[in-house]
Amino acid sequence: MNARGSAVLFAWLLLLPATIYIAVIVIYPLIDTIHLSFTNASLRKTFSYVGWLNYDKIFNETFAGVIGRTFVWTFFSVLLKMTVGIAGAVLLNSAIPGRALFRLLTMPPWIVPMAIGIFMWGWMYNGQFGMISGVMQKWGLVDGPVAFLAYGSSAFWATIITDVWIGVPMVTLYMLAAIQAIPEDLYEAAWTDGASRFYRFRRITLPLLLPAIITMSMISMIATFNSFDIIWILTQGGPSGSTTTMIIDTYKTAIGSYKYGEGAARAVLICIFLSIFTYFYFRVTSRLSQEYAR
Amino acid sequence: MSNKVAMINRYAWYEKLGIYCGIALFMIFILAPFVEGFLVSLKPLSMLFSSPYRFIPENGSFTAYFTMWESVPGFGRYVFNSLFISLVVTALVLLMVVPAAYAFARFQFKGNGHLLGAFLAVNMFSGAVLIIPLFRLMRSMGVLNTYMAMILPGAAFLIPTAIWLLRTYMLRIPKELEEAAYVDGAGYFYTFRRVILPLARPGIAVVAIMTFIGAYAQQFIYALTFNSKTEYMPLPIGLFAYFGRQEVIWNELMAASFVGILPALVVIFFMQRYLVSGLTAGAVK
Repeated sequence: MNARGSAVLFAWLLLLPATIYIAVIVIYPLIDTIHLSFTNASLRKTFSYVGWLNYDKIFNETFAGVIGRTFVWTFFSVLLKMTVGIAGAVLLNSAIPGRALFRLLTMPPWIVPMAIGIFMWGWMYNGQFGMISGVMQKWGLVDGPVAFLAYGSSAFWATIITDVWIGVPMVTLYMLAAIQAIPEDLYEAAWTDGASRFYRFRRITLPLLLPAIITMSMISMIATFNSFDIIWILTQGGPSGSTTTMIIDTYKTAIGSYKYGEGAARAVLICIFLSIFTYFYFRVTSRLSQEYAR
Repeated sequence: MSNKVAMINRYAWYEKLGIYCGIALFMIFILAPFVEGFLVSLKPLSMLFSSPYRFIPENGSFTAYFTMWESVPGFGRYVFNSLFISLVVTALVLLMVVPAAYAFARFQFKGNGHLLGAFLAVNMFSGAVLIIPLFRLMRSMGVLNTYMAMILPGAAFLIPTAIWLLRTYMLRIPKELEEAAYVDGAGYFYTFRRVILPLARPGIAVVAIMTFIGAYAQQFIYALTFNSKTEYMPLPIGLFAYFGRQEVIWNELMAASFVGILPALVVIFFMQRYLVSGLTAGAVK
């Protein structure tokens, strides 16, 4: 064997464990999902093929509502994460004493076990005794206790806010790194020309940050679309379905009611949406890296 | 030069005020749940369930931090399980990611870019989407209700980011070192073990920390779905033991939460520099 051939062989040997692992734990289940979506699989050992029946069943008004809700939920969560995250990054980038401490204090929601953070929010949303309702009553914003998780629209926003809280540290620290990567002399040149702080932000920081903003928004969108723990712990998709996103709906159908076939059909739809997002993500990022390489 | 920077960064009083107000708002949003959770852990249960709302505990004490161990005797076990699962996941991920990252960083072969893309595409799925076939897979492997049911799927979804991170790090190691080793007659494996591994140690450390934190923070859905044995439950699921039949023992739940996040807080404090570099390198694609 020649040197080049043995190098390729060695590379494949290095890749083998990870490739096999992903094939078994991710790729095979992915194929199995598609396979199961055409069956009436349930807790029973045997199942039979039912064609497109599972897909016919899910295309009804309720499910259209679930899809719509998932997109609205994802949209607002990502929008808020990005807005708060960028604002946080700009603030933490300013030259003030104590900023190292503030940066450190940004991390906990991201690093603490998610479930624990969600329990704490669960208490904050408590109507009788929670902090949010309590403070709002004290300030006279509401007349009586508000149980945020008991009503559809407030539960919807409550789950979004908790999701934003968990996602903000990552966006903030990522955007902060992107801001710090902007060459300092641009600011110095602008400052010498008498550009105001706001003008420098609008004309230097924002445009140069745009690739990072787009990249992070897309990463964040994919993660948010997959969000499960927060809704499951806070509301389990309720009250009366108002926080049931596609993931929650799939889990309830499959694991809650043991309808693996129907659940799989729902999961396939999620995978299709995620593939579309990912396709755009790869396209956009490769175009960005081409544009900025010039 | 630095004088200029200092002058650019000089703020007028209203700018300073705005920055501090903004940071205060931001910090309140981030830290309010922890502050509230901590105060709840100090309040006796009777005071928690009383109106009107009081922020500061009147006769607060650390009682809940002692009684929590009695109400849920398994608590220590849950913390141990969480740490154990995260450790095994980290070891498993490193075992697969270190060689794979090296292959992607150094070797040119057909399909190199596509395979890397395929690994990264795994990031788009979460365990929740694949929960049904994963359940069937765990059942047919006979690992339901064991540690393995939480470790195996948990590790899979941490691999892509870890490969990306470590590949980025390894790309920065100068090629000349390996070439010198090859000239001296060293084989591929020997070079990998004796030249690359020692040099990549700081990068491997970052990846290990990131993976451990990911594994520790995201233990929920597999533990919820694939395990029903109390003795294997990790902390996030174990904490549900404080949800009594009548009411949630909130003060002990919060006390237990704080004891449970202690490892994470220690990690933040000592590893903050690694965390930021790991996070940002992992997200830049």
